[in-house]
Amino acid sequence: MTKVAVASFDIEFYQYLNPRGEILGDLPEFAKRAADLIPLYRDMIVTRIFDSKAVTLQRTGQMGTYASSAGQEASVVGLSRAMHKEDMLFPTYREHGAYLARGVTMTELFVYWGGNEEGMNFANACGDFPVCIPIATQVPHAVGAAYAFKLRGQPRVAVPVCGDGATSKGDFYEGINAAGVWNLPCVFAVINNQWAISQPRSRQSACQTMAQKAIAAGIPGEQVDGNDVIAVYDRFVKALNRARSGGGPTLIESITYRMSDHTTADDAGRYRNEQELIQQKALDPIDRLNTYLIEQSVWSEQQNQQLIEEVTAEVDAAANDYLNTPRRAPHTIFDCLYETLPKAYQSQAGRLTALGDV
Amino acid sequence: MAELTLLEAVNKALAYEMAADQDVILLGEDIGVNGGVFRATDGLQDRFGEDRVVDTPLAESLIAGMTIGLAAQGLKPVAEIQFMGFIYPTIDQILNHAARLRTRTRGRISCPMVLRAPFGGGIHAPEHHSESTEAMFAHIPGLRVVIPSSPARAYGLLLAAIRDPDPVIFLEPKRVYRMLKQDIDDSGEALPLDVCFTVRQGTDITLVSWGAMIHETLQAADQLEAEGIDCEVIDVATIKPLDVETILESVQRTGRCVIIHEAARTAGFGAEIAANLAEFGLMNLFAPVGRVTGFDTVMPLHLLEKFYMPSTENICATVRQTMEYS
Ligand SMILES: Cc1ncc(C[n+]2csc(CCOP(=O)(O)OP(=O)(O)O)c2C)c(N)n1
Ligand SMILES: [Mg+2]
Repeated sequence: MTKVAVASFDIEFYQYLNPRGEILGDLPEFAKRAADLIPLYRDMIVTRIFDSKAVTLQRTGQMGTYASSAGQEASVVGLSRAMHKEDMLFPTYREHGAYLARGVTMTELFVYWGGNEEGMNFANACGDFPVCIPIATQVPHAVGAAYAFKLRGQPRVAVPVCGDGATSKGDFYEGINAAGVWNLPCVFAVINNQWAISQPRSRQSACQTMAQKAIAAGIPGEQVDGNDVIAVYDRFVKALNRARSGGGPTLIESITYRMSDHTTADDAGRYRNEQELIQQKALDPIDRLNTYLIEQSVWSEQQNQQLIEEVTAEVDAAANDYLNTPRRAPHTIFDCLYETLPKAYQSQAGRLTALGDV
Repeated sequence: MAELTLLEAVNKALAYEMAADQDVILLGEDIGVNGGVFRATDGLQDRFGEDRVVDTPLAESLIAGMTIGLAAQGLKPVAEIQFMGFIYPTIDQILNHAARLRTRTRGRISCPMVLRAPFGGGIHAPEHHSESTEAMFAHIPGLRVVIPSSPARAYGLLLAAIRDPDPVIFLEPKRVYRMLKQDIDDSGEALPLDVCFTVRQGTDITLVSWGAMIHETLQAADQLEAEGIDCEVIDVATIKPLDVETILESVQRTGRCVIIHEAARTAGFGAEIAANLAEFGLMNLFAPVGRVTGFDTVMPLHLLEKFYMPSTENICATVRQTMEYS
């Protein structure tokens, strides 16, 4: 009998900025001047204020069910800012900050979550896929897009984003596996916020890390501190560059935390211990960068206040635009069903046209 | 007797059968500690333990496939799919396996399982949470497809579904979950599967519906009564297999029929009923069979969903038209 180890692997965890706002080791080039991090900080503030406005709109009956990304700002902003404009994002329903950094407008997002498909008709981020609610089904879409990029020799990367819960789905495994087989330009973002509605991470998989799921697909997998925007941005830039230059796919697991209920229709108090939330607040992605920027003397409490006021005004203005968006006429539910509405359905559409703009 | 909502009736039926039969086991996403996103399984994990009220990883194909394995072992699994919009990964398991395991093994292995899922629109839910695709399941040979329309029917039909020796897709109209309460005796008494229920007697026209639309249909019947039109209303309840006789017998008396469903029109289950009327009831009809249905569009998001859903007025208008033929 012979027995030899035929495979072994390590999963690395990356962090530059610890929860106390202290830098660990050498910073990557883009982060060497602390002031250069202010735009990322701003994006995170925008995301948090947008989320809180959306929740308020829902609570006051002015918007539909909404999934807040509070606590996950560094994960979504970092990956989105690392992408090139011509790359393609395939998000879930919780990456509002990623969309905003890609040029989707706040008004568009409010309009969608307000119950109007028109919000997914992005004026700017045209290539990006719409919100995806059936869990993990967007992962194979990204694989298809990545295949097309490779086929046409385009230097573009597809970025599917999914949650820890999503990694239990066949679509997820099938997607990472195929991307490995064809060495596709695809960077899989797993945002591990520790919960899938009421199910904690430990009940989703017995594997030690979600990142190691990549190993079975034959692609690199790593963990990043998802509350450290420097690390998230840096690791995504590296993975995206590798993918763009023919180096194939990567899976990045961002370790973060869902500070909100699953959605406005959920009550996390039924299954989550309040203590855990308090502990996680100490790891807040925004606080730690704020601390660092102030400590580096490129930022002040006063500037922070000013930024919050400015962004709040921006978000409120977008909310007003949303609230003043005219309702679509009922017959428009037929408008985008096909490129040209088949004759068979014209009389049905006509019945709604007869209603006019209700 | 207790006044229960449809949701509470589901919970009571599950609890009754779990207490009565050790082999009944529940599985699904968020059904344990959270009690289900609608609370259909509220309190059941506390009462029956984590081994019998199982929170699964997020994987619908697993849930359906595993349910088949459990059922083949003689257990009676009742799986919950959180919303019908997420049921589609189960179709491989349901169509290729659950519905034909008995056939494929010439009766050696059967599949006494229930797959529950909330369905239908009208609660302002996000995308993919409001569709009605019951006809897709009704097309699969070997299945039963059961849709309760009221708390009492949910209680009795769910018990029957769990006790049934073959696979049952049990679709719960979530718009009715908390719409009304009914007095229910938690006695474990099942209602019959495979039969329609005549929920209103009438002589002028037969209205056939199921699920949440029964309520608009009954409202329409009340309004039409004031106009002198006496409607009979049939709740199909088990859409597969279809109890054609009850519908034919009613139409034989009334000579007119309007079918109402929320699902899209083309190849909706109304088409199957209309086809049966054309085949077996044509000589009794005074008027063409009418259909009041959802449009052949993607289910709109909530701002426009009410224009998609058949309304009481739509039903009344079609009934009036149907009454004009003499
Ligand atoms: C296929 C599918 N099954 C179930 C659901 C209902 N659902 C919505 S979100 C969710 C949990 C998702 O958890 P995770 O992937 O960790 O993402 P998170 O919500 O934490 O961002 C579930 C079960 C769904 N949307 N799609
Ligand atoms: Mg999660």
